[in-house]
Amino acid sequence: MSQFTQAGPPARAGLPGGPLLTAKRRPGEAVIQGLLIASALLSVAITFGIIVALVEPVIHFFGQVPLGDFFSWTDQGSKDLRPAVLPLLLGTFMVTVIALALAIPLGVGAAMYLSEYATRRTRAWLKPTVELLAGVPSVVYGFFAVFFLTPTVLNGWLGLDVSFTNSLAAGILVGVMIIPTIASLSEDALSAVPQALRQGSLAMGANRMQTSLRVVLPAAISGVAAAVVLGMSRAVGETMIVALAGGSAKNTSPDVGEGHQTMTAFIAQTAQGENPVGTASYNMLFAVALLLFLVTLIINAISIVIVRRYRQVY
Amino acid sequence: MTIHSPTSTTDEILDVTDRTEAVNNGDASDLARTAPRGPVMETRDLNVFYGDFHAVHDVNLSFGRHEITALIGPSGCGKSTVLRSLNRMNDLVAGAKVQGSVTYHGEDIYGPKVDPITVRQHIGMVFQKPNPFPKSIYDNIAYGPRVTGMKVTDMDAVVEDALRGAALWDEVKDKLKSPAYGLSGGQQQRLCIARTIATRPDVILMDEPCSALDPIATARIEDLMSELKTEFTIIIVTHNMQQASRVSDRTAFFTARPDETTGNRTGLLVEFNRTQDIFEAPADPRTEAYITGRFG
Ligand SMILES: Nc1ncnc2c1ncn2[C@@H]1O[C@H](COP(=O)(O)OP(=O)(O)OP(=O)(O)O)[C@@H](O)[C@H]1O
Ligand SMILES: [Mg+2]
Repeated sequence: MSQFTQAGPPARAGLPGGPLLTAKRRPGEAVIQGLLIASALLSVAITFGIIVALVEPVIHFFGQVPLGDFFSWTDQGSKDLRPAVLPLLLGTFMVTVIALALAIPLGVGAAMYLSEYATRRTRAWLKPTVELLAGVPSVVYGFFAVFFLTPTVLNGWLGLDVSFTNSLAAGILVGVMIIPTIASLSEDALSAVPQALRQGSLAMGANRMQTSLRVVLPAAISGVAAAVVLGMSRAVGETMIVALAGGSAKNTSPDVGEGHQTMTAFIAQTAQGENPVGTASYNMLFAVALLLFLVTLIINAISIVIVRRYRQVY
Repeated sequence: MTIHSPTSTTDEILDVTDRTEAVNNGDASDLARTAPRGPVMETRDLNVFYGDFHAVHDVNLSFGRHEITALIGPSGCGKSTVLRSLNRMNDLVAGAKVQGSVTYHGEDIYGPKVDPITVRQHIGMVFQKPNPFPKSIYDNIAYGPRVTGMKVTDMDAVVEDALRGAALWDEVKDKLKSPAYGLSGGQQQRLCIARTIATRPDVILMDEPCSALDPIATARIEDLMSELKTEFTIIIVTHNMQQASRVSDRTAFFTARPDETTGNRTGLLVEFNRTQDIFEAPADPRTEAYITGRFG
């Protein structure tokens, strides 16, 4: 074989050891590949680093406070530590549910309109406008909840009797905040559905609504579900709106007209106070943060399972 | 002003006197021979535009009941365009405009009060590339009857009938609940045909239904078409000359002619006749050139 490669005139293409088999080094490609691998690994490393940073103080925390005091509805133990986390979970849960109840129908509805009904011209300006809403700082929404939604809309026009800070207003505005996310990503998923499927449906005498709801939406369901989950993660993690409009007191009542401190609001509000490093109140911040992290992780994991099960491949 | 249902018109059809107007410039005596009696559908001076582009010019065709009509011609001559205008699928193309008339049992499907959805319930369509829905085989078939509000007492029976009608039942009867995407291309295309016949249309339009299939799957679909003809009126676009001569009763040959001023290639109907005549004794030299392979 080696005689072939050493022979002067190029050996016939495809012969073993012929010119096709000479390995060419492409250093540029190796560099690019290295950079890409590095950036992929970096995000994994950062996530991992965050977990490690969270876990260490949490271990200390559970040395200082019994697990039962943490997973409790009422604060027990010493006066300056208020370790009960379940009311915070309830607050987060209520705000998230209200936000999703608003944002899923409106977000997916907007996406359906943009992808299935709007003319190309309408879509050309409407979609960017919706996406622009995603850029509104959440403090603005929080402000809006406290100074307009609660006093003017809820208590004024609707004649409700809600407190100054309440989960309803906070949930509604968190919902408004995540509508663009859900709408924009769902629209991407819906527009990616092949035109042939719509034509197939319409050619059978289905109308547009039936085509959108029974063919296009199911075909895009994994993308739409991913959009909803991302919106949900943002709702769970939203801090500024709930800190301003959702109250700063733990509340175990399911009344949406009252304020409920959420996990994020707890972290933001407690972190502003005196929490010397190593104290139980300092470590508790990390325990709540880890719990928040786990909740988001679980939501994502569940959604992956659901999406796999209901995915329709096209 | 509603579109007649296929069943109620059976008798009316028989009453329709022979049409003797010229089809495509043929003289009247010619026509008794070439034009189908009591056509299910007819086009009169059909012109289709995409924006400013004149895609087809003055097409006059009539489609006989329980016949297979083949539309042939070189690429870009407007066969699909004509086919899509027969069930208003062109409505979905932005900028498409239809002039002239297309009648279904004598009624203009572009009439002001006609609902295109209803038109498509009577005139179904099978596409070039199989496009099953991302649902189970069963749900693909049941979709049409469900959305069109057909009164169905036994959906299982409807599904079975449609699958038998499309010669697919034996291959899929044990996996009705599995996804349609697991089928081969030829099976998917027969599923699409089954899906279409499940809604009991009167006319089935097929746009190159075999062009994505291998010869064996193609032969199966051709056999199927001959069977379906006893129940449906079929209009098929094909590039396959043998296919047209094998399955169709009548053939329309189209070509495209460049406009003197703009250079746009506008499609026109060259010749429409019984398939046998088209292939054995074409009247127009362009037809002859095309079918003998010297053209297009
Ligand atoms: N949606 C559309 N918008 C603009 N022009 C179109 C559109 N569809 C078709 N055309 C044009 O109309 C003419 C006829 O097209 P059509 O698809 O009907 O031809 P065809 O005979 O079916 O060709 P083929 O055999 O390649 O399928 C072509 O010039 C084509 O470019
Ligand atoms: Mg075509």
